[in-house]
Amino acid sequence: MNYWSFERFFEAWPYILKGLHITVGVTISAFLFAAVFGLVWAILRRVENKQLNFIITWVMEFIRSTPPLVQLFFIYYAWPVIPVVGVTLSPFVSAVVGLGLHFSTYIGEIYRSGIESVGKGQWEAATALNFSTLDKWRKIILPQAFPPTIPMLGNYFIIMFKEVPLASTIGVTGILHMANSFGSTHFNLIEALTIVGIIFLALSYPAAVLIKKLEVKLNTRFDKNADIKPIE
Amino acid sequence: MEAILNISQELGRGLWVTISILIASALLAYLIGFIAGLSRLSKNIFIQKFTGLYIEIFRGTSLIVQLFWLYYAIPMLFGINLGSNWVIGVIAIGLNYGAYLSEVVRGSVEAVDSGQTEAAVALNMSSYQKMRYIILPQAVRMMLPEFGNYTIQMLKGTALVSLISLSDILYYGNILRSSNLSQAPLIYLVVLGFYFILALPLIFLTRKAEDVSKKGVAN
Repeated sequence: MNYWSFERFFEAWPYILKGLHITVGVTISAFLFAAVFGLVWAILRRVENKQLNFIITWVMEFIRSTPPLVQLFFIYYAWPVIPVVGVTLSPFVSAVVGLGLHFSTYIGEIYRSGIESVGKGQWEAATALNFSTLDKWRKIILPQAFPPTIPMLGNYFIIMFKEVPLASTIGVTGILHMANSFGSTHFNLIEALTIVGIIFLALSYPAAVLIKKLEVKLNTRFDKNADIKPIE
Repeated sequence: MEAILNISQELGRGLWVTISILIASALLAYLIGFIAGLSRLSKNIFIQKFTGLYIEIFRGTSLIVQLFWLYYAIPMLFGINLGSNWVIGVIAIGLNYGAYLSEVVRGSVEAVDSGQTEAAVALNMSSYQKMRYIILPQAVRMMLPEFGNYTIQMLKGTALVSLISLSDILYYGNILRSSNLSQAPLIYLVVLGFYFILALPLIFLTRKAEDVSKKGVAN
């Protein structure tokens, strides 16, 4: 049985930190993927056709309620074998697509809630002022729908960051992967895994505090009850 | 069709491990959620800070890291072997989601109108009576939808236990894939189907919980 060694603990830091840019890179790429794909879901959810809407809703539900780990395996191992559309993806791209797709269903719902939070009067006003559909969205709806969703998007960014170590199972060389390889050559994983925990905590906790602050600030700026204000 | 049946039969062998881990870790997480959530509201500063530390540590790191960490640390730090990876899986998922649920519990208790607390005080209720008969009955119904959502998250989390060599659904799926790579798409689709079917009752319960939590409440 091996015991905790501070020597190994300090030795492991530089080795594990070499994987940090990969972890952060996957997080940012997957988040951008999810942010764009979430828009697709939000638009698809507005389809008027009942049957089609039903199908889209359940496809989203399926992606959302099945494990992201299995989805990663599907994209990494199964996708290349599928005839015609199959292509071999690198571990990095697989992780971005897998996690991005999984979280796009959540982000799509955030967009939807943002759009629905815009008061009915705003839509009516846009129609009354004879705005074109494009102008209505660009000048009236989206400027009001987007800001309240920023804290929620920030929260999902942190959630995704914490899901990225799943990608070490398909060989993405992020910090968890580096910790595993350090641990297996030094016959003890505990120090390396502790470091991974510290890194995650050190990055995600301040980020969460920051977002909380942002939320409070936005809440005072975009008061829902201040929907109708007299023009001065 | 026959292929799907064969795959399902093989995956079915891992069904019980997934379900038993889900049930055990969900119960553990609910328990921890209530204990930690109420401790967070305690007037004792030591209890409050200690639970706060626990919550931030487990919410700030990933489930997969915690699972691996506990897998290696428990036998080492405490010099005991828990006997099975099953227990470690349950503890890891329970501790992780217990931390999330405790925030739900705390938020719901705090969301109960302060007039209710004042009324309980005016009626000369003890702090236990106040919690038990006035606050919690109102707070619990507010918690229900979030508890449902986190139970679905826990189901998704159970897939990780295949990484500490527990033979759950995904474990058998991976074994099938390694012996027959050309069937991988079908195998993983069936695996996803298994998880989705397990999630369905939870999805409907959560929707029902949303209705319950809204019914008869004026706001």
